Formats: sequence, C-alpha cells, structure tokens
Amino acid sequence: MQVTRRQFFKICSGGMAGTTLATLGFAPGAALADVRAYKLLRARETRNTCPYCSVGCGLLMYSRSDGAGNVKESIFHIEGDPDHPVSRGALCPKGAGLVDFVHSQDRLRYPEVREAGSKEWKRISWEEALDRIARHIKNDRDANFVERNASGVTVNRYNTTGLFACTATSNEAGYLTLKLARSLGMVSVDHVARI
Amino acid sequence: MTLQSQDYLERSATNALRPPPQARDAQLEVAKLIDVSICIGCKACQVACSGWNDTREEVGFNHGKLDNPLNLTPKTWTVMRYNEIEENGKLQWLIRKDGCMHCSEPGCLKACPSPGAIVKHANGIVDFVSENCIGCGYCIAGCPFDVPRLNEKDKRVYKCTLCVDRVSVGQEPACVKTCPTGAIRFGTKEDMKKLAEDRVEELKSRGFQNAGLYDPEGVGGTHVMYVLHHADRPELYSGLPKDPKISPLVGFWKGIFKPLVAAGFAATFAAAALHYMAVGPVKPEDHEEEEKA
Repeated sequence: MQVTRRQFFKICSGGMAGTTLATLGFAPGAALADVRAYKLLRARETRNTCPYCSVGCGLLMYSRSDGAGNVKESIFHIEGDPDHPVSRGALCPKGAGLVDFVHSQDRLRYPEVREAGSKEWKRISWEEALDRIARHIKNDRDANFVERNASGVTVNRYNTTGLFACTATSNEAGYLTLKLARSLGMVSVDHVARI
Repeated sequence: MTLQSQDYLERSATNALRPPPQARDAQLEVAKLIDVSICIGCKACQVACSGWNDTREEVGFNHGKLDNPLNLTPKTWTVMRYNEIEENGKLQWLIRKDGCMHCSEPGCLKACPSPGAIVKHANGIVDFVSENCIGCGYCIAGCPFDVPRLNEKDKRVYKCTLCVDRVSVGQEPACVKTCPTGAIRFGTKEDMKKLAEDRVEELKSRGFQNAGLYDPEGVGGTHVMYVLHHADRPELYSGLPKDPKISPLVGFWKGIFKPLVAAGFAATFAAAALHYMAVGPVKPEDHEEEEKA
C-alpha cells in the first residue's frame, strides 16, 4: 500500500483524535464489573462441632465435590452454623481459623511414642498404642489401687492416673468415656464436654 | 464473565453522558454497624475475613502490642486497632475494627482514573474490580480513611469488599457472622441506624454522655458505621478522622480541572474543524510542476 506523506498525517491525526476521545471517557465502555462468584454454591455442607473449647459452637464445613465417586473431598471453608442453638453462627478467632487447622502440617495424624530417654517421636500403630496404654494402666492400677481408705470404708479409688478425653462429642460418647474411667476407679477425669 | 447485575450507581472514570447500567436500583441500602463498646478485640472478624476471602497474611512479629498485623495490608482487609488512653485516673482500652467504610461518596472512586476499576452498587457497597485496576494508587490518595493497599506483587489495589459475593446471594459479611459478642451487626442502613440509636441511649444511661453514631456527613454517610462511647472525639479510636472529607485536590482535579481539559480538547478539535471548513487545507505549492515549467 502506498501512503503519501499527507495521507500518513491524516491517519495519525485521526488515530490521535480517536484515542483521545476514548481516554476522555467517550468510549461506550463494556460494563465489566462483576462480583466474585459465590464459592460455596455446590460445595458439600457438613455439620460438626468446634473441637476447641467446651462451648461447643456449631460448624458448617464445606468440601469440594458434590459427592461424586471419583473425587477425594477436601474441606476448603469452615464457618459457623447459624442453626446451632449455642453459637448461632458465631465463631471465635480459633474456630474461625479451623480450615487451616484441618490442613495443618503439624497436625497429629497418628499415634506416636517418645520412649523413655529418647528425644525422638516414633510412629506406632493404633493396635500397639492401645496395647501399651492398656498395659501401663493395668500396671499402674495394680500397684496403686486404693480399695479402702484409712477408716476402712470401701472407696475403690484409682488416684494415680487421670483421663483427659478431648473434643466435643455426643452425649453417648461422653457417657462411654465416663463409664470407662469410673469403672477403673479413676477420679481425675476431664473432657471438653465437661462430663 | 460479565454478570448483568445492572446495579452500578457509580463507576470510576466514566462519562456522565454514558452512565453504567443501573436500572436495577430499587435495592435497600445495607450497612454494617460496629459497636466498639461491645467489642472485646478477639480478632475473630480478622480471621473470618481472611478465611472467606482466601487471603493469608504472612506470619509477623510481636511489636509489643496486640495489633497484628500493625496495619491494613493488601491481604488484611480488616484489622483491629487497640488504643489505651488514661483520663481522670482511669484507663480505657479503645478497640476499633478498621477497614473500608463503604462511603456514599467514595473518594477512591472519584480519584480513580481507570474506567470501571471502582464501582458503587445500589446497595451501597463500593468494590474494586481488579480487572480494570491499573495500580496507579490514586484511590489511596483519594480515601479519607487511608484504607486501600497496593499489592506490590500484582500492582493492584485491594480492600474490604463488604463480602459483596456473600451479600449478593443474600448472606451477611463473614466478619458479621462470626462476631462472638455481637459487636458487628448487619442489615439495612435504616435498621442499623435504629439499632445504633438504642445502643447510644443505653451508653448514655451508663454515663457515656458523648456516646453517638459515627456516620460522617463529609463523605455522604458510610455503609460501615460505628457506635462510639466518645463520639465527640473519634480520633481517640486510633485516628478515626473527626470530619473525613475527600481531599480538595481530588475534588479540584476531577471536578474542575478534568472537565476543563476535556473542554479544551473539544475546543481545539472544533477550531481545527472550523478552520478546515472556513479556510480549507493548505495547498502545497507544486514545486515539481514549477520545475518542469
């Protein structure tokens, strides 16, 4: 294409006029504004109770996937459960940050043992852990069980070990926890649900 | 993706001759009411904000005070500010949740030179549209509350959205929902004003004579309001401005200078066109023909 000097000036000034008008706001701008897409739309919603303190606030946990078999679900958002009578949707900073707790690398995922004199924590199986705990309790209870107190009254106390069961659970689980502890004669018992 | 929400009352750097689509303006204005006299400074709102918005602030350091982080950042859109004052032998711990106030006349929007980077919805929410943000930082200068923050990584400015994605589907903002003491409330602006009235009365009956609602007129009112026990001295609450106004420089630049310049441009083109019609183009002398002749 042949462009004369005069034509070149015309093209340039035409372009300048156009862009100037556009920058002055005369261009019919596309209304590209939009709000961020709502991220929970089809997420699976699961109810639970906050694991931290004995208030036991209600949680809604949202995991990716609609439940399809090929998907490994993963929690990506947690907020308060507005239908929960205790908290009505509210959560303290610890509860509000639970999603990072769920995915924390430092989270305890399996039983570990630090042998006497050792600095290292060693992973063990659930079976081994339960066996060892049962063995420790049995030995300790056999050695320190108090059947009668000083005045000869039957007390059946097991004072040298306490049970600290954690996390907010159902009434039934709390009942079983207490039943286990009391059947051993254990007196020092606490639980997040303050059983 | 362009959702036709058609409820943009204002759009930055947009000519008044061609306003943004706003036919769906029959919406009740929403507002967040923060009652600083109920707030215990637990920061649940800060955590819920970062949770909902998928932002995580870098782990910081203890600076000898509870403020953490010390200031708003591109990833911390709300921050608790703690101030201790001693008056008449009494110590008061004034805690304020800081963040975007969602002004009715947003200084950021007025200052913004990029078309559509800042929009104001019919419900009062002022939102930044990152797609159109050019990272110039004019909104930071335009904001009377010093709220927007420039992210150095992507050269875009961020601030609280009032959880526009939640509000637009009928939910409350994340900070409001999580507040364990009920210090943050959400509803229509009218309802929040009524709620504030009751709270102010209550505070006055408890000896806070100067209790009041912070809904500054200088920016046309805000969609985030405070109930303060010392409404006569808002600056006690870590520098809440007493009479916030959009900088006169922004007003001059966008209100007077910009239209003047636009008129100047138009006049120049008009003059050129008139000159062309009246006088016509300058005809070059045909040197070649002269040479031939």
